[in-house]
Amino acid sequence: MNQNDPEILERLSTKFAEGFTKVDSIDQPTIAASKDAMMTLMKYLRYEENYRLCLDVLAVDYLPDRPRFELVYHLYNPWKYARLRIKIRVGINEKVPSVTGLWPGANWPEREAYDLFGIEFEGHPDLRRLYLPDDWEGHPLRKDYPLTGTRVD
Amino acid sequence: MAEEKTELLDTSVPDETMIINMGPQHPSTHGVLRVRLKLDGERVVRAEPVIGYLHTGFEKTAENLTYQQCNTVTDRLDYLAPMTNNLAYVLAVEKLLKVEVPKRAQYIRVLFAELTRVASHLVWLGTHVMDLGAMSLFFYTMREREVILDLIEAASGVRMNPSYFRIGGLAYDLPDGFHEKVIAFINDFPRWMKAYRHLFDGNPLINERLHGIAFLTQEDALALSVVGPNLRATGLPVDLRKVEPYSSYEDFDFDVPTRTEGDAYARFWVRIDEMYESMKIIEQAIGKIEPKGEYTTSDRKISLPPRDEIYGNMEALIHQFKLVTQGFQVPPGEVYQGVEGPRGEMGFYIVSDGSSKPYRWRARTPSFYNLQSMPVMCKGGLVADVITAIGSIDIMLGDVDK
Repeated sequence: MNQNDPEILERLSTKFAEGFTKVDSIDQPTIAASKDAMMTLMKYLRYEENYRLCLDVLAVDYLPDRPRFELVYHLYNPWKYARLRIKIRVGINEKVPSVTGLWPGANWPEREAYDLFGIEFEGHPDLRRLYLPDDWEGHPLRKDYPLTGTRVD
Repeated sequence: MAEEKTELLDTSVPDETMIINMGPQHPSTHGVLRVRLKLDGERVVRAEPVIGYLHTGFEKTAENLTYQQCNTVTDRLDYLAPMTNNLAYVLAVEKLLKVEVPKRAQYIRVLFAELTRVASHLVWLGTHVMDLGAMSLFFYTMREREVILDLIEAASGVRMNPSYFRIGGLAYDLPDGFHEKVIAFINDFPRWMKAYRHLFDGNPLINERLHGIAFLTQEDALALSVVGPNLRATGLPVDLRKVEPYSSYEDFDFDVPTRTEGDAYARFWVRIDEMYESMKIIEQAIGKIEPKGEYTTSDRKISLPPRDEIYGNMEALIHQFKLVTQGFQVPPGEVYQGVEGPRGEMGFYIVSDGSSKPYRWRARTPSFYNLQSMPVMCKGGLVADVITAIGSIDIMLGDVDK
């Protein structure tokens, strides 16, 4: 368990009365935020708490559940060596605010999530497919993407 | 083919600039990287890396393999440093399983992680200096890297994709005579480094091509999620081996080399100094490892029973059969584990649903994030320095494209 910034969750709960909940985790402090509250929370973490590195942005597909996707942000404070995980649930046709304005390094991982999961980010400067050709159909990391078979047109 | 929407292709405003594709088959792109360059004469107006040529869908592949089988996928991400990928993955799964790994196995893991770091930095040194125009060093570093690959082969049987670290410990015990080979390597290494340094120390051509080139400020490095030696070359001593020790790194005495200039020259020397620090760790590790002993956990639900047990013991046979055919169940939950690879923080985020296959398998690969800093480094520079920038970031395309 990363305990390098032990009071971060307390500070967050005093600062923000609502918009997020703590989640039990075995490795690092974790919160689940709502899509509407995420930007104020992220701004606070970036500018006030010095979480200056966005280590990763990734998506998980929980297929039958609603909202279907979960976006996971791994943030890092390079002076305190503290980690924080933020989770946001997103539905299939919903747009998520992009964090590239706060962490330009989130550019490619967000494009990757768009490419492989089909999650759209609002305010992203260059939202195109990253790995796959631009005319590719479907999003391969979704759980309903077929693993084998020939495409019949 | 759908139209590629990019301002680089926008020709509505006529000017003197020119768009050039560097790669994907360019020898100094270290793999299959394409860089779309907008040039004004010799000056780079904009550089845009285009990736995906090596994309093979590792994450999807891994979701359909059992936890032990996924280990072989990790080797292929950063194929110059397979052991650190293995390490990050097995540590992540071990965290979910809450399994204790014997101290000796942890030290052997440290030993191999550092050996791969030296091997990876040797390849980087050879290719980077070759890109700058000094050909001869490449042949020496590749020859010396072979010695490390021989050590890996002696322990695991494979040179390049060893999968030597298994969940719960190691695949096999160390072979006979392994210690002598490592000690011979430790004794030879300073001599080799001295020979290399004759070729680049104070060499005006190399210094001129590194000083003040491909500059990256600490501010930009943090904003662009740059990690590892590239971040340490801007003055931040973030090294996971020191700040969040894993696999008993806290038992070893070593320094974290940093520089403050943030240019290609700083990154060059951070990596050279790192090789010496790795050699310190290797020397300490080989002193701590007994020639024979425990190499994997005794939990038979996770690690395979030894061969001689299988032939004489019914229970061992059942364990072997169940583990090989079905794998083991991992308790539901999620975990992230990062380790300090040669290129920066290599991490795995694993979501388990309680079955024997990972529900989500995410590799946080350092080169992917480090490559994003390339446009910032190249902007306004000369086109010849684009090659310096690519070499000094030390990208690995298998890692970028996963």
